[in-house]
Amino acid sequence: MHINIKYFGQIAEITNTEEESLELNGRLVSELLEILNQKYNKLKSIDFQVAQNQELVSIETELTGAEIALLPPFAGG
Amino acid sequence: MGRYNRHIILSEIGQVGQDKISNAKVLVIGAGGLGCPVLQYLTAAGIGTIGIIDFDVVNISNLQRQVLYGSSSLGHNKAIAAKSRLDDLNNEISIIAYPEKLTHKNAIPLFSEFDIIVDGSDNFETRYLVNDACIITNKPLVFGAIYKFEGQVSVFNYNNGPSYRCLFPNPPKKDTVPNCSEIGVLGVLPGIIGSMLANEVLKIVLAIGNVLSGKLLCYNALTSHTLTLKINRNEVQIHSVLIDKDNFENRNSQVNCEVETPIVSVTELLPAENIQFIDVRELNELPKIEGLRVTSIPLSQLESHLNKIDSNKKKVLFCQSGIRSKRAITILQDAHITNCFSLKEGALELNNYTKTFTNER
Repeated sequence: MHINIKYFGQIAEITNTEEESLELNGRLVSELLEILNQKYNKLKSIDFQVAQNQELVSIETELTGAEIALLPPFAGG
Repeated sequence: MGRYNRHIILSEIGQVGQDKISNAKVLVIGAGGLGCPVLQYLTAAGIGTIGIIDFDVVNISNLQRQVLYGSSSLGHNKAIAAKSRLDDLNNEISIIAYPEKLTHKNAIPLFSEFDIIVDGSDNFETRYLVNDACIITNKPLVFGAIYKFEGQVSVFNYNNGPSYRCLFPNPPKKDTVPNCSEIGVLGVLPGIIGSMLANEVLKIVLAIGNVLSGKLLCYNALTSHTLTLKINRNEVQIHSVLIDKDNFENRNSQVNCEVETPIVSVTELLPAENIQFIDVRELNELPKIEGLRVTSIPLSQLESHLNKIDSNKKKVLFCQSGIRSKRAITILQDAHITNCFSLKEGALELNNYTKTFTNER
């Protein structure tokens, strides 16, 4: 499955890119996160939510391909 | 030519709409980077009553982006300095300065005086406090937050829409998200995001256009990209705030961010002697845990079932993924129940582990 991933805020600093594409055989969003955790070690220290195809989802959601976004909270004002 | 002529000649607003603006009462939390543009536009638009709460004073490093202040404001309280500039901008409206810190004690009576709350604060402690107080007082919350070159905008708690906790259920671990004073921010960014917040306020007041409820708008000033994500209302989150309502004033503002949730892993737990396992999932959620005595108290009912908790045992709370159990821990901590731990893994892993463990024996 071809997945396009968007990174925001601190996460984009860890991944050093705002967007990338991955080929993946996993079934769930959590499986994708495990792969990303291995690829980017510091990702584990960040709290974030996941959106799939522009909708916030739980990590137990089935991957449907297309677009994933990793979204950390911002505090600044 | 009247002050509000350019509004009134718009058919979408007219005198009727301008009267709605004049009758509206809006409270702005924080008169910093986001608060300044929000206040400036709401004052210019003629919002009838504007409250400003900020305990901080104007510092020279604020002037790069906090456009209401000048050299003469340095060292002055921001709420008061903002009011003095805004009174000059529009003397036909009422502007109230609250030069104090927003706390669990003053939030509910203060919010009750206004129709709409705007969150332009700069820390998670205040953001969760504002969100919870908006749920309790049933006020729409116009939310904006910034990080370096990026911003997030949404309207929470509007017409039964989601709240901030439906997006981010719990505050992040302390010191994991730096703020503007630690890492810097592009000066114009709060100007852009703050203007969007003022726009959302006016749409709510006028009941025109589409309010950004149930959506989070993400903006990147460097790429000019925007992405709008859909957020769903999470009844469990809303309920967990409402059940704690009577205790709200007594809550310690520090609790949200400064107490680390104690976490254990399944591998550290068995054999489960002198442990009370508490399942905070709703009663119909699967899998059921086999081979282990479990007390079921859904998160939404936890507050009213504290008597089911065994004070002599170590308490291990679990849910599907470890998010609700963390929230449950804060409820128990607030009730001064100690020796509580959130299970790192979810019910599925616990079940698998218990099965293996039972089979081995």
